[in-house]
Amino acid sequence: MPSNLLAPTPRSAAGEPCVQLQGLNHWYGSGSNRRQVIQGVDLSINPGEVVLLTGPSGCGKTTLLTLVGALRQVMAGSVRVFGLELNGSTRGERQQLRRSIGMIFQGHNLLRCLSAEQNVQMGADLLPDLGYRARRDLARQWLRAVGLEDHLGKLPHDLSGGQKQRVAIARALAAQPRLLLADEPTAALDSRTGREVVDLLKGLARNQDCAVLMVTHDPRILDIADRVVRMEDGQLMDSGHGERLWGADRLPDTGREAAEG
Amino acid sequence: MSGFWQRRRIPLAWLLLTRQPARLAVALAGIAFAGILMFMQLGFRDGLFDASVTVHKLFDADLVLMSPRTMSSIGMAGFPRRRLVQVMADADVVGTTPVHWNLLLWRNPETRHTRSILSIGFEPGDPLFTDPSLREKAHVLNQLGRVLFDERSRPEFGPIGTWFRQGRTVETEVAGKRVRVAGLVALGPSFGADGNMLTSSETLLRLMPNTPPGSIELGLIRLRNGSDPLVVAERLRQKLPDDVAIYTKQGFEEFEKNYWRSSTAIGFIFTLGAAMGFIVGCVIVYQILYSDVSDHLPEYATLMAMGYPLINLLGVVAREGLLLAVLGYVPAWFAGQGLYALVRNGTKLPVYMNTDRSVLVFVLILAMCMGSAAMAMRKLGDADPAEIF
Repeated sequence: MPSNLLAPTPRSAAGEPCVQLQGLNHWYGSGSNRRQVIQGVDLSINPGEVVLLTGPSGCGKTTLLTLVGALRQVMAGSVRVFGLELNGSTRGERQQLRRSIGMIFQGHNLLRCLSAEQNVQMGADLLPDLGYRARRDLARQWLRAVGLEDHLGKLPHDLSGGQKQRVAIARALAAQPRLLLADEPTAALDSRTGREVVDLLKGLARNQDCAVLMVTHDPRILDIADRVVRMEDGQLMDSGHGERLWGADRLPDTGREAAEG
Repeated sequence: MSGFWQRRRIPLAWLLLTRQPARLAVALAGIAFAGILMFMQLGFRDGLFDASVTVHKLFDADLVLMSPRTMSSIGMAGFPRRRLVQVMADADVVGTTPVHWNLLLWRNPETRHTRSILSIGFEPGDPLFTDPSLREKAHVLNQLGRVLFDERSRPEFGPIGTWFRQGRTVETEVAGKRVRVAGLVALGPSFGADGNMLTSSETLLRLMPNTPPGSIELGLIRLRNGSDPLVVAERLRQKLPDDVAIYTKQGFEEFEKNYWRSSTAIGFIFTLGAAMGFIVGCVIVYQILYSDVSDHLPEYATLMAMGYPLINLLGVVAREGLLLAVLGYVPAWFAGQGLYALVRNGTKLPVYMNTDRSVLVFVLILAMCMGSAAMAMRKLGDADPAEIF
């Protein structure tokens, strides 16, 4: 991995959380069809912190991710990201905020008409102060960092599922985000690549003060978390370190090894 | 230059189009088809108007007298020839030429089929056309029963030019009476007449024995150098009775064009044809761009999630429309050139590619593509970045 990618950057204002949720509520539908998906969630994430979000399917993890990512209008409660209150924010404010947030989707969502390098460069193109060549070089460096230096010119349909996911990760990181939201980023990766990717994310968090909020069911990566938050029925149940929260008996074999390792 | 590199981005619109070559080929074929349709319809329309004055343009005249009952060259009414004598009284008039103008039946000497031919009769010694080569050939008409045949006439009149150049004696019937081809001229057909022949007034009157004596269809008036045709025309209007109408040469041509433009459905039909091409093109481009946006909706939503503003993505669709317009116009222009040549050879109509029409069709194609892109953009509103997680 190129060292300059993860070079330490000046830390943000000490003690100021980059994400702050207070009394957050969200629902879909209305009247008798109304379905509450987030209920009174309070959560803070500090710069450089890696938070894993776990919980059963349909418990509201992804909705929480989209609210923090300024992809949805906040209905009730407070969501502050980098000091911007999203409840009542304008579309323009949310769009501008999203430039500081990297997103890694479960489906890679790569642009089919662009090569791996061009896909990553779409992320780098959001950086205002870099010239074209610098942005292209940055894209190449990130692809090298995720082990795809030999696949720069390949279109998504020429890449395997894992390779596509790594391109998507490189794209998110190329935009030099201050907050990274990831939805099952290692689901499509083998254990070795998955480990490399989460190490990369951990390094990013540590060296660039980038907060990471990651939805995962992958117990192999619990060790990178500063905190694991468990969610059920739209509520945060408890939080702590992976071993304590999941417990050795609740971890699958691979997860137990990771937790113990 | 550094500003350019700073602003340079991935050419997303270009890549969206070119990385789907089959869809691009269909889009370009559709746009080119619409463009060709517009080129042909507008070409026919303009060719019709230009062809309707093929002979008019050749006349050696500053002013033209016609019967006010005349509607067009295919229905010329007569007026008294003595009006030209009255015209000569004006100090600015230096010469006149009385002209007979009628459609008669020409028998193809090869197939024996008859076909209507525009027959122009004049005094062989009088100036008729500005082209001096035509003037030189007129002396052969002094002999009764002799005609000059327009070798640009449609082939249905027979292989007259070929036979004449081979030295054969070419004789046929016009209006049921025998005539001999004494020479060839090059005038060109029009929508009103597929072929032309020139002859003397004496021969023409022999071919049409029922023509009232002293009646002519056109009076060509030549003015002194430096005279203002508009001023002289106005002066003559006041002097002459209302059984004649006076036009400048340009007015004479416009009169004919106006007939085809307004008194017939032809101008409307060809303009409508061009409009149909425009609409067909709009539908094709809209379908292509709409399905393109629909297919890439999750990708557009991803870009929005990354922080790309909607206006940037609308710009991508607009650039796709612009690229389609430019790429579709080029084959349409070249195909139009080829088809115009085909039409010229097949119909002898003066259909040429000109700058005005080239620009007009490009503007129409551009409007077609950009309008369709604007409609396809509405689909982008469906891109919800929250749905991609």
